[in-house]
Amino acid sequence: MSVEQMAMPQLGESVTEGTISQWLISVGDTVNKYDPIAEVTTDKVNAEIPSSFSGKITELLVGEGDTLPVGEPICTIEVEGAEPAVEKLVKNTAGKAAQKEEQQDTSMKRRYSPAVLRLAQEHDLDLDQIAGTGRSGRITRKDVELYIASVPEEHTSESPSDMHVPQPSAAGCFSEAVAKEAAKPAVHAPKTFENEAGDHVVALTGVRRAIASNMLRSKHEIPHAWTMIEVDVTNLVNYRNQIKGAFLKKEGHKLTYLPFFIKAIVAALKEFPRINSTWAGDKIIEKKAVNISLAVAADEALYVPVIKNADEKSIKGLAFAVDELAANVRENRLSPDDMQGGTFTVNNTGSFGSIQSQPIINYPQAAILSIESIVKRPVVVNNMIAIRDMVNLCISIDHRVLDGLITGRFLARVKELLENINPENTPIY
Amino acid sequence: MPVLSYIEAVTQALDEEMSRDENVFVLGEDVGKRGGVFQATKGLYDKYGENRVIDTPLAESAIAGVGIGAAMYGMRPVAEMQFSDFMLPAANQIISEAAKTRYRSNNDWSVPMTIRAPFGGGVHGGLYHSQSMEAIFANVPGLKIVIPSTPYDVKGLLKASIRDNDPVIFFEHKRAYRLIKGEVPVDDYTIPLGKADVKRDGTDVTVITYGLMVHYAMQAADKLAVEGISTHILDLRTVYPLDKEAIIDAARKTGKVLLLTEDTKEGSVISEAAAIIAENCLFDLDAPIRRLAAPDAPAMPYAGPLEQAFMVKPEQVENEIRDLAEF
Repeated sequence: MSVEQMAMPQLGESVTEGTISQWLISVGDTVNKYDPIAEVTTDKVNAEIPSSFSGKITELLVGEGDTLPVGEPICTIEVEGAEPAVEKLVKNTAGKAAQKEEQQDTSMKRRYSPAVLRLAQEHDLDLDQIAGTGRSGRITRKDVELYIASVPEEHTSESPSDMHVPQPSAAGCFSEAVAKEAAKPAVHAPKTFENEAGDHVVALTGVRRAIASNMLRSKHEIPHAWTMIEVDVTNLVNYRNQIKGAFLKKEGHKLTYLPFFIKAIVAALKEFPRINSTWAGDKIIEKKAVNISLAVAADEALYVPVIKNADEKSIKGLAFAVDELAANVRENRLSPDDMQGGTFTVNNTGSFGSIQSQPIINYPQAAILSIESIVKRPVVVNNMIAIRDMVNLCISIDHRVLDGLITGRFLARVKELLENINPENTPIY
Repeated sequence: MPVLSYIEAVTQALDEEMSRDENVFVLGEDVGKRGGVFQATKGLYDKYGENRVIDTPLAESAIAGVGIGAAMYGMRPVAEMQFSDFMLPAANQIISEAAKTRYRSNNDWSVPMTIRAPFGGGVHGGLYHSQSMEAIFANVPGLKIVIPSTPYDVKGLLKASIRDNDPVIFFEHKRAYRLIKGEVPVDDYTIPLGKADVKRDGTDVTVITYGLMVHYAMQAADKLAVEGISTHILDLRTVYPLDKEAIIDAARKTGKVLLLTEDTKEGSVISEAAAIIAENCLFDLDAPIRRLAAPDAPAMPYAGPLEQAFMVKPEQVENEIRDLAEF
């Protein structure tokens, strides 16, 4: 006599569990081999389970409605005249014993993996000092890492040159960050120049290098096109002259023309989002944020800090933002963060007296606009010659993204906004 | 969040994509009235009609070929191969046409087709219902091969595959269909193709795998955690082209790597992963790269005990991880 178990059968190829919907026998019943003993439901089929044995049902291990994995026992059957089924093999403990013995074995103590050797070299470690917890006393990478973590100061070598060692990533200021960027090896070996007697050799600063590489990249990658319009800003000049004294007294900042120009440009950018976009290889991305990069000259360099979300600022807000960026540049307080995220660049070349310029696009933006000097010129108004305050606006565009038509419309809109400035439609606050 | 089985996630993804985009249609053997032999397309025929859920003749080459033609004309076919084992008659269409059309036509034509195919063993399916076919297609540039492990990944990856503008082979593990259940958001989401996923973070041993084996690795990791062994598990999700960066990061994490597949060993996709690690991670490795796979025998046996012997088992995974941890 022996007790056999019936298991949940596999009823279909993707079926991994079944539900006993109904028992067809009860404890104490006698069944013949192949008699149905239960109905099983799966989400593919319903079927009866045939008994694998002849004998007496001794126990139902699951109830009706229970779901269980294929192979799990469902009931036991006492079978006449059979030998007891062999119980599960007793787990062999010999393996464990062998492992115990291995602990004493140190034959692998001096077999070092590449990772262990690298760490030892980088941190100037004597591997004999480190206990190995690996098989046969091998020193594992983790052993070394734990050792380094436990005695950090003593074993950190001074100038880790390996690429895996994390470099300090936060640069103290912007010039450090660009210097780091510029330190990357150049692709082309530069032509060698002989300097003659009396020549003054100027060593490149990191910032200069960064400017050079950014300009080169922009000119190499972006097919530039250029256009210019002239704008009559007599109204703007009058308006600003009228309020600048009061503004300085009240706010403690000078009110320049620049915030008015930025305000008009930002308004036009909102209407022409394609100008505020970037070429992304297989697509054009029109940026939602309007972040104005502002070209700001320092003695020996040029920075383009960013006025974030310029579309949310009033003329006063823009004036303050411009002043703050200019102060940060003068005092070398710009952080790399201040330079990130620009979507369109405004270049105030007029401040040098320029009346025309061809700016290079601030990569990867799609356009850059220069505001030239405001000059008094005789112009024809209503068939009469009048003296008006005139300014040229010059724009360079990425011709992959923008064509003449949309650029023209954008500039016309900027012109319209600027020429119609008056105290009624242009609040400072 | 609703809990769905792996196959229910397949059905939901198909349903959502068909209702979102009228160019999406399904074709295959018995996918219509019958709802597929595994019921993956259940209900779609009633909902979308016979023009969008098409029962085809038993001709895989035609299923793939019709799909390619429709895709080239702007449709988004989802072709079902009833079992991945039956894909080989369609291999010429898939390898020589679908994969190469964009290249051959200099970008004028493309084949935005998804081929779904159940694969994998351990279901008592014998020779013709148990094979892993991914390695056969995994050196054909122009194809993408996706193998999800969880219902969440199934939905996101299948939707991404259907929306992809090039051919994707989407292998579904047939044993996972009803075995694996998990939470699946009701909203519309996709998971980027070509990105592996860290399914478990650990520090002692890295397991890199895909499909059903992800679950074997997770089970083993749970058991080994009790012994103090911490296992890092990377689910490849897309087995071609491989996410090299993720493989390198995962290998560097612990320096001890177990590569796991239920496919036969030689020439399997994990062999490529081994090469990537060998090329990039020498100075991070703390143990030889290890592979656990099925034996290089011609087919999954039908006989139960032999099938058991052929299939990679959770205990084997556990033992291999432990052995690497102790190395």
